[in-house]
Amino acid sequence: MKKNIKFISLLLSLIIVFIILLKGLNVSKDYSNEKLNSKIDFSFKVKKLFNDEVINIEDLFNQEDLSVVNIWASWCAPCKDEHPNLMQLKDMNIKVVGINYKDNPKNAKNFLNLLGNPYSEIITDKDGTKSIEFGAIGVPETIVINGKTKSIIKKFIGPLSNENIIEIKSLINEKT
Amino acid sequence: MSNYFGNYSLYIALIASIYLIIKSYIDTNINIKNLNKNLVLITSVQTVMIIISFISLVVAFIISDFSNETVFNNSHTLKPLFYKISGSWGNHEGSLLLWLLVLSVFLYIFLLKSRSQNTKYRLLTLLFQQIIISGFLIFILLTSNPFNTVFPIPSEGLGLNPILQDPALAIHPPILYFGYVGTSIIFSTSLAALVAGNIGDSWAKHIKSWVLVSWIFLTIGILLGSIWAYYELGWGGFWFWDPVENVSLMPWFCLTALLHTVIVLEKRNLFKEWTIILSITTFSLSMSGTFLVRSGILNSIHTFANDPSRGIFILSFLFVLVIMSVTIFFFNQKKLTSTIKNSFIISKETAILVNNWFMMFFLSVVLVGTIYPIFLEVLNGSKISVGPPFYHNLLIPFLIPFLVFMSFGPSLKWIKDKLKKFEYNLLIIFLASILISYFILINAEKKFLLSVPLIILSFYLLLVTINDFFNKKSSLSQKISHFGFSLLITSILLNGLFSNEFNANMKVGEERKFNDKVIKLNSVNVRDIDNYKSLKANFEIKNQNSFIQLSPEVRIYQQPFTITSEADIKTTLFSDNFLVFNILKDDGYYNVRYQYKPVMIWIWISTILISIGGLLSLIKKNEKKY
Repeated sequence: MKKNIKFISLLLSLIIVFIILLKGLNVSKDYSNEKLNSKIDFSFKVKKLFNDEVINIEDLFNQEDLSVVNIWASWCAPCKDEHPNLMQLKDMNIKVVGINYKDNPKNAKNFLNLLGNPYSEIITDKDGTKSIEFGAIGVPETIVINGKTKSIIKKFIGPLSNENIIEIKSLINEKT
Repeated sequence: MSNYFGNYSLYIALIASIYLIIKSYIDTNINIKNLNKNLVLITSVQTVMIIISFISLVVAFIISDFSNETVFNNSHTLKPLFYKISGSWGNHEGSLLLWLLVLSVFLYIFLLKSRSQNTKYRLLTLLFQQIIISGFLIFILLTSNPFNTVFPIPSEGLGLNPILQDPALAIHPPILYFGYVGTSIIFSTSLAALVAGNIGDSWAKHIKSWVLVSWIFLTIGILLGSIWAYYELGWGGFWFWDPVENVSLMPWFCLTALLHTVIVLEKRNLFKEWTIILSITTFSLSMSGTFLVRSGILNSIHTFANDPSRGIFILSFLFVLVIMSVTIFFFNQKKLTSTIKNSFIISKETAILVNNWFMMFFLSVVLVGTIYPIFLEVLNGSKISVGPPFYHNLLIPFLIPFLVFMSFGPSLKWIKDKLKKFEYNLLIIFLASILISYFILINAEKKFLLSVPLIILSFYLLLVTINDFFNKKSSLSQKISHFGFSLLITSILLNGLFSNEFNANMKVGEERKFNDKVIKLNSVNVRDIDNYKSLKANFEIKNQNSFIQLSPEVRIYQQPFTITSEADIKTTLFSDNFLVFNILKDDGYYNVRYQYKPVMIWIWISTILISIGGLLSLIKKNEKKY
């Protein structure tokens, strides 16, 4: 009897694992739609990295158009990897707002001096709370925001790949 | 033409498989003395059919027969012949055909090699192995047929991913598959032995060769994958805890545990149930590996097929096998007569058990890190990525007790041993390792308290394993493998502690300072070669007493359009200088990454030593027979 209980409980746990993995197969690897369409609260103030000027976050984004936000830090190795791709965006005249996440301003500036500055504006996020407003869970992360509806339309978790860059470019061009 | 051959021989193989399953099932229930000759004959026919099918695919690749969909998708007339051939198993369909080929060849070898064994046991092994073979045959024919045709016939193929055009990678999958598939024989035989009721020392002796063979192939397979990642991916590391890498490491832990447990079963007739559980787990992990890699459920650099129907099939098949084996295990468990023998705490048995606990711990960490993100995503939709810090934080502290155990465990005697009173040798070795570690650690840039015991213990273990060569307590194969392993741990630790990296954007002619070195980009030459455009740079790295020139390369392939970076690596016995560069844009700047990696080559050498130890043991075992 004891053995049967063992056997059945093992069988049941196997079946649960099976179901979870089966569901996992159908989970889309893309981030889009329902979860992302939440609105962002644009009513907080932020400090710029280079001149410590305090501004309304709203002023950074084009009210009529799409904006790209990239969350980065000088201590984050994958940020270094995606850096050349961000520079590509700059070359395509796509404005990217950088959020410097939990970073030492001096290191952040050194990072940009060494590798180049791909951002049109950079704001600091010393304690990581600003990034949470954008729904970020880590660095690097890139978000495309619709200024009109104040919602996130696309989110890239992890370093941007070449395909991501093409995607961002087409997103921006579609709307303009 | 080859399409028809390949396709129909697979159907014949499937028919053979069904016949063999039915026939061997019937035969096990009527006690017959000798294996029916037809069974061996049909198995050989099946093997030949699968070989024909595999050769047809290779031929289709060689002659660039684009009427075949697999060839069309993965080959190109401009590709060098070697990569045309290796391209036949570099894709999803071909790699499954290779799995199948190895499965049937191994079964055939098993039937030839097991003539002295009990008939019922051989029949059952044939039955279980045929169930696996038929599963793969159905999988291939239904969802991944390598012989699908394209009409009208295209004049040119779509090319193969240039990252896969690398000699290490060309032989890496087959070697890894030999290891994976070898575990299928272990799985089938352990289930068969369980049902036939002959689990014991003689079975252990018989199965040990298969464990060794799979273990050697798996070790070398992992090594080759790691070498490929280091030389070709250009990330400057040898292990990234990528899910696909983890998937090959998990069966390795399990198989290493099994390798040690089988010895206890052979010598002492102990750990019967544990051996069966390990055999089942090892194969399930190999199958899960195939599932995780081939179903596209993982996000990884090794992006392979992403077709949900394939995933569902492998997953269901995997669970059918697991549930079948669990059921068989539970209902035949009572056949395992427990032979209670005197065993004491301080003995080789205990030492091997401790080794198993550590292996199981390492396995669990890697398993959780690999599977947990999938579970979490399903259960609450959140996405996490488990990276190196997770594995390092969980694994490295446990290396300390592991190294301590490994330094004295292998020299314990069977049944009962005494803790050695005092050995001058060991004390001297211990003091020597403290001294060596002191001189190493005062030079380290990264100072962690944890690295002190780790370095001391790894050197201690290294010296102990060297010292062991001078006594007669253990076999030569074990000495070599254990020495290789301690060398591996020491090299990995030193490599991790002393590696450093420089990263910047540079123009031609520019010079940058890094630590005590000066890095200069001399020139970049552009050339057109075969199927790609090559940008070859020339860098020089100087310091007071050395001068190195490095010429990394960027390749721009057109079929399909891909840019790859070929790192240039200068290897010496003491260190590797690794340099890779990337195109940024058209303003003359290049992104340059330079890495200094000490004792890199010893990581490869030590892994080779580990497998040589296994090979020696295998050779010695076969000599005894004759």
